[in-house]
Amino acid sequence: MDPALIHELKALLGPANVLSTREDLMLYEFDGSVEKGRPDVVVFPHTTEDVARIVKLANRFAVPIVGRGAGTGLSGGALARGGGVMLVFARMNRILELDLENCRAVVQPGVVNLEITRAVEHAGLYFAPDPSSQKSCTIGGNVAENSGGPHTLASGLTTNHVTALELVLPDAEIVRVGNRHGDSTGYDLCGLLVGSEGTLALVTEITVKLTRKAELVKTLLAVFDAVGDASRTVAEITARGITPAACEMLDGWTLAVIENYLRAGFPRDSAAVLLLEVEGLREAAESQAAAIDEICRANHAREVRTARDAQDRDLLWKGRKNALGAMGRLAPSNYVLDGVIPRSKLPEALERIHEIGTSAGFRIGNIFHAGDGNLHPIILFDPRDKEQFARAIATAEQIIRMCVSLGGSLTGEHGVGMEKNELMTLLFSDADFDLMRRIHDAFNPDSSLNPGKIFPVSKGCGEIRVGRHSKTAETRA
Amino acid sequence: MTIAANLAARLEGVVGSSRVLASEAELLGYAIEDCLPAAAVRPSCSEEVCEVVRFAAAEKLGVVCCGSRSKLQMGMQAQRYDVALDLCALAQIAHYDEADLTLSVDAGMRLEALSKVLAAKRQFVPLAVPCLATSTVGGSVVSGIDSMLRLQYGTARDFLVGAEFVDGTGRTCKSGGRVVKNVTGYDIHKLLIGSLGTLAAITRLNFRTFPLPETSAGALTGFSSAEAALAFRRELLGSGLPFSCVELFDGQFSSLLDGELGRLKDLGFAPLKAGGWSLYTAFAGEEAVVRRMKSEVENRSARAAAKSFEMLEEQRNEWLGDALRESFDWLRHAARGVVIVRISQKQFATQGPKLFLSNPSSSGWRSALLMSGSGTVMLALLPEEENESGREEMLCSVREILAQGNTGENTAKLLHAPAWVKAHCNVWGDLRGDFLLMQRVKAAFDPARVFSPGRFVGGI
Repeated sequence: MDPALIHELKALLGPANVLSTREDLMLYEFDGSVEKGRPDVVVFPHTTEDVARIVKLANRFAVPIVGRGAGTGLSGGALARGGGVMLVFARMNRILELDLENCRAVVQPGVVNLEITRAVEHAGLYFAPDPSSQKSCTIGGNVAENSGGPHTLASGLTTNHVTALELVLPDAEIVRVGNRHGDSTGYDLCGLLVGSEGTLALVTEITVKLTRKAELVKTLLAVFDAVGDASRTVAEITARGITPAACEMLDGWTLAVIENYLRAGFPRDSAAVLLLEVEGLREAAESQAAAIDEICRANHAREVRTARDAQDRDLLWKGRKNALGAMGRLAPSNYVLDGVIPRSKLPEALERIHEIGTSAGFRIGNIFHAGDGNLHPIILFDPRDKEQFARAIATAEQIIRMCVSLGGSLTGEHGVGMEKNELMTLLFSDADFDLMRRIHDAFNPDSSLNPGKIFPVSKGCGEIRVGRHSKTAETRA
Repeated sequence: MTIAANLAARLEGVVGSSRVLASEAELLGYAIEDCLPAAAVRPSCSEEVCEVVRFAAAEKLGVVCCGSRSKLQMGMQAQRYDVALDLCALAQIAHYDEADLTLSVDAGMRLEALSKVLAAKRQFVPLAVPCLATSTVGGSVVSGIDSMLRLQYGTARDFLVGAEFVDGTGRTCKSGGRVVKNVTGYDIHKLLIGSLGTLAAITRLNFRTFPLPETSAGALTGFSSAEAALAFRRELLGSGLPFSCVELFDGQFSSLLDGELGRLKDLGFAPLKAGGWSLYTAFAGEEAVVRRMKSEVENRSARAAAKSFEMLEEQRNEWLGDALRESFDWLRHAARGVVIVRISQKQFATQGPKLFLSNPSSSGWRSALLMSGSGTVMLALLPEEENESGREEMLCSVREILAQGNTGENTAKLLHAPAWVKAHCNVWGDLRGDFLLMQRVKAAFDPARVFSPGRFVGGI
């Protein structure tokens, strides 16, 4: 990294907004994934104009730029794979406007997901996308990855809740796409940008939809003595046309780990539980809860209980959302996978995961969004053991390949990033990649933004040109 | 041999003679305004679509994709219209996993045919668009026309999970998948929604399907003033009650609607009671939910001192709902030279028609207004008679509406208008700061500008 760039960045933003020592940079070389990539300098813009100026500077020095929120991502999307300038949005964290009557909020990208809900809950509103990391992840990161969460089953992913964006393009131009009503004329650029993993533009302002709280929410916990019974229950709920607000599955082994850690009220001796939530008008929520209860019991649930009150409900969700923290007590590291399958294939997929784990010598935990077929197998491993690490990576790939073979997809909410870019060829043809590359180049012709993500960088079909800004991509940690 | 005949002959060489239409009588059905293509091609598979597009790109031809052609007149005239690419022969369900509530269907399949297949499994795709009986799945998505169920189910953006299409280089590409949750790669299929066929020839679309509600009902509440009706609309939309639609219309629209529904008189349809300003609400779900919604609407109507109230039971609700869904279609045929403007504004806008027109009545034309719960407004101007001075007055009004409708974050565009109006107005409204990006996206999909050149925003 040219020291002159760091000098100019400090002059532009002030020294407090620029990090460049090795110790400081080490904090930014990880995210929630197993990937690694260290930036050469980290900067904290405060305004859109700051972002545009940083981009201009980086262009002048021909170094790549990577945007980052809280660094909670799970696919290496916010890692500086090719070094360069990491632009951390943590200090662009203001809620700029609340239009409660029209259910809209305009926010900066560094606003923490849950803060939006906290700002509007007094008016009976909330921001629906709720990743497990919602207490720390930022809305900018959610937009980049098109994040989901347990409640996306009924309410959709981030893309369904974003209507407009302000962007800084790689040439430092500031552009707005979409509009407040989610109804702008022309191509749906907002729809393209959400989930583009920071490879097309830097997002500096976001207009989100707010959702009205339901009249009644009922949370059910169904306990099963066989995993197959739980997965068949999910398949039947789906096939019966019932769309719960959330439908999460946790396997028995994982449950015991969570319960020992959090005392959330989960059984320690079950094979699996389903955490289900229905909401809506009182009449709808009650009848759906009754139907789900019936389906669970018909599929041999040994117990179906309903959360008694908000406190009981919050405790169950705390157990679900902090599950990864609990797993962290068992091994030095864990690899949270993210694959999608058709919901009708759930029983088969869970059996296959078990088989793959057994033959690879791993005990694989399963905590996932069963209602939308979004699997999150968790592989516990020790990254210091190189053989074990390589085996964990190979096992993960096998599971993702299995998802694709069942008619599913590579990722339901974590993104491709640098975790699965080489696996993209499982789904996409040369022609698909060629079009994706042309769209990429329409925004980011020199690959100066977040190079080495989404597209395969190894030899083979769909290889993307690495632009003048990016160094050779690092290999896996 | 004429240039047109020569082109048709060469296309026959590409896809076979049975797939090419070239007589004037056949081509009349493909006219956009008064412009006919040199040939129409009806490919039988996506490979043939690729062949035609490659041929067109090499020959620098303009290709307009179409299905049932019910919305072919939307947008501007094509700068080049050599070939109509009729995708109606691609009409199969490629994959339907009813247990997963996912569907993959050819773009040329008619919505009505698809609905029958899904209804047998008590499912549906919430594309309640005008011309439902003839519309194809692809046309409904690519036209961007509003679905009457948008308030509850959103736009196609919210339930289209993937697509296959032929880009401007003649290659089959795909985006998304067949699962309900997927963030793999760019969401390219979202760009196709409402793109008026300017990016690609869509061959297949993947949807999330939804369970058909157990039962449904509707109500019609009448008001003496726009202010009272708007206040009631505001109350309902802010209530959090799960309406499937909330449609507000003025007296002129109401009388046209009554006329449209008059054809059902022999089937026992009694005229609408409302008159003045009317608010139609519909709701669906389990019996208990519908019962509750009925009582909510009835009680709230009484409290709002409505002029009239009618609970619409099954058949009558279906008739009225269908007529409202089809309003774009019957309004455009209600008189010669009808202009329909679509305006998108805040959901809770309290302004009535005066927002768009300083003088909402004229000796030369009548206006009819329909305001949907999602915030979109359809404003139709119906000429009393066509003459030169009437035209000038009409044009001034259309321009005023477009100018008013395109302020701030609001947008306004011409959904339907005669050629002479389109020639003097900005059909798609004002260009915004993102137009340059749109041009680049167009170039990425269609570098040779094969697809519908000039028909979309800014002449893309």
